[in-house]
Amino acid sequence: MDDFLLRALAGGFGVAVVAGPLGAFVVWRRMAYFGDTLAHAALLGVALGFLLGIDINLGIVAVCAAVAVILVVLQRRQALAGDTLLGILSHGGLALGLIAVAFLESPRVDLMSYLFGDILAVSARDIAWVYGGGAVVAAALAFLWRPLLAATVHEELARVEGVPVTAVRLAFMVLLAIVVALAMKVVGVLLVTSLLIIPAAAARRLAASPEQMAALAAVAGCAAVAGGLWGSFTFDTPSGPSIVVAALVLFVVSALAPAVRPGRHHH
Amino acid sequence: MDEGLTGAAADTDGGAVLAEAWGVDVQIGAKAILSGADLRVRTGEIVTLIGPNGAGKTTFLRVILGLQRPRRGRVFRRPGLRVGYVPQRLALDATLPLTVERFLALGAGRGGREGAARRAAILEDVGAAQVLASPVRDISGGELQRVLLARALLRDPDLLVLDEPVQGVDVSGQADLYGLIGRIRDERRCGVLLVSHDLHLVMAAADQVICLNHHVCCAGRPEAVTRDPAYLALFGEHVARQFAVYHHDHDHRHGTDGAVLPLAPEPDDGRHRAETPDHG
Repeated sequence: MDDFLLRALAGGFGVAVVAGPLGAFVVWRRMAYFGDTLAHAALLGVALGFLLGIDINLGIVAVCAAVAVILVVLQRRQALAGDTLLGILSHGGLALGLIAVAFLESPRVDLMSYLFGDILAVSARDIAWVYGGGAVVAAALAFLWRPLLAATVHEELARVEGVPVTAVRLAFMVLLAIVVALAMKVVGVLLVTSLLIIPAAAARRLAASPEQMAALAAVAGCAAVAGGLWGSFTFDTPSGPSIVVAALVLFVVSALAPAVRPGRHHH
Repeated sequence: MDEGLTGAAADTDGGAVLAEAWGVDVQIGAKAILSGADLRVRTGEIVTLIGPNGAGKTTFLRVILGLQRPRRGRVFRRPGLRVGYVPQRLALDATLPLTVERFLALGAGRGGREGAARRAAILEDVGAAQVLASPVRDISGGELQRVLLARALLRDPDLLVLDEPVQGVDVSGQADLYGLIGRIRDERRCGVLLVSHDLHLVMAAADQVICLNHHVCCAGRPEAVTRDPAYLALFGEHVARQFAVYHHDHDHRHGTDGAVLPLAPEPDDGRHRAETPDHG
């Protein structure tokens, strides 16, 4: 196998393994649109990274974290509905990002690769980023798992029971920002959310517990990466969209499979 | 952490004050939800908030629980107070696979065989042992209320706070649930604060009744409250008089504003609650 293909697989797997469990929470918490907003704002982070001469990944995480905080503050004011706010931030961020990137006029900035990902151009340095960032996200998620799950099931009940709900939610948003930054390489700004939610949705019908669903989402994500890369190589299709289509195929197959459920002992 | 300890004040007969609120004002946007509302719950006492829909009952509970900051007024909770909270509803996402057992374990963080045995025992105590291994989404409204109650009890609460505990439960199920809440109070000597817009059995089950309609209209023992002009004005004399006597004949039901309506099929025993999205 070619080197670049191996690197693409390694990078893709690294992203999919953390995107799966985090994506399960995105699905449970109904935050798909929020993921989209972060992803769109990430383009502004790319521009910021170039302008300030800092690492692009850092720029993305910083901008995404800022968007998350802005959103939490604005939501508290309750002047606009949550999805309206998300829509404004999402498309406002994307438009600003597109303009900022256009201003850069640098040959180093390939807009299309940021919009749709360029996994076949993943470098060894990128892979180091993916695995370093991924390890941080995985460790933090393991640490946060129980309070995050409790807050996901019922936020106020968790709060009354002593879970620091606001801190947990902010930490989750930061993790999401990191995963968006990592996943951008694989599928690009416009398709990042799909890598979070489609594997998780595909895992749903086969899972009997939250942990099973998270693990299966990671597996489904890896399968989508492998299938998508194979498709991209075989049919000469763009790699990012091919990975998303592979995930979509997995979702459709799982939707047709019979559901697995824990036993019910009455009725 | 021993489960035998249920609050230092449990043996005082006057009932130590567990939680109290003075002159609570809550404003959401330009709308005054509560003004000058007072409340006190003691050990071993069942305090019921009644009032029409949108009267601010749930908001008042949230203030007592510390979930909502009042614009004005003071709230006291006894230091170290353990609160068991039974929320009004559980809007679990349909994609979250969660059994009742796991749901209970999320509340009281005890692992191992001992924790599991304790969860099973408390679920049995509230009469829902049969759903232990069932997915939360698949149980009925009445079963869900019992599961939520079990989760609150797992914390060995000094104060049990229930928001519309009989919502979505049929009439005989409601009587059972109020009976269960009364028994829990007797056995554990905890204080109980509950909200209801359903007058029927509340009056018989409560020690103190607080009629709320943005402000406290009247408060006191149930027999006194049912004769209070403010109570009669709030619920309508015809309806209110029906509840002054505690026998209950089911020839009618009540709208959310307390109006008498003809009997209609009760919503219980649908396998899904209305707010839980159905899943293929």
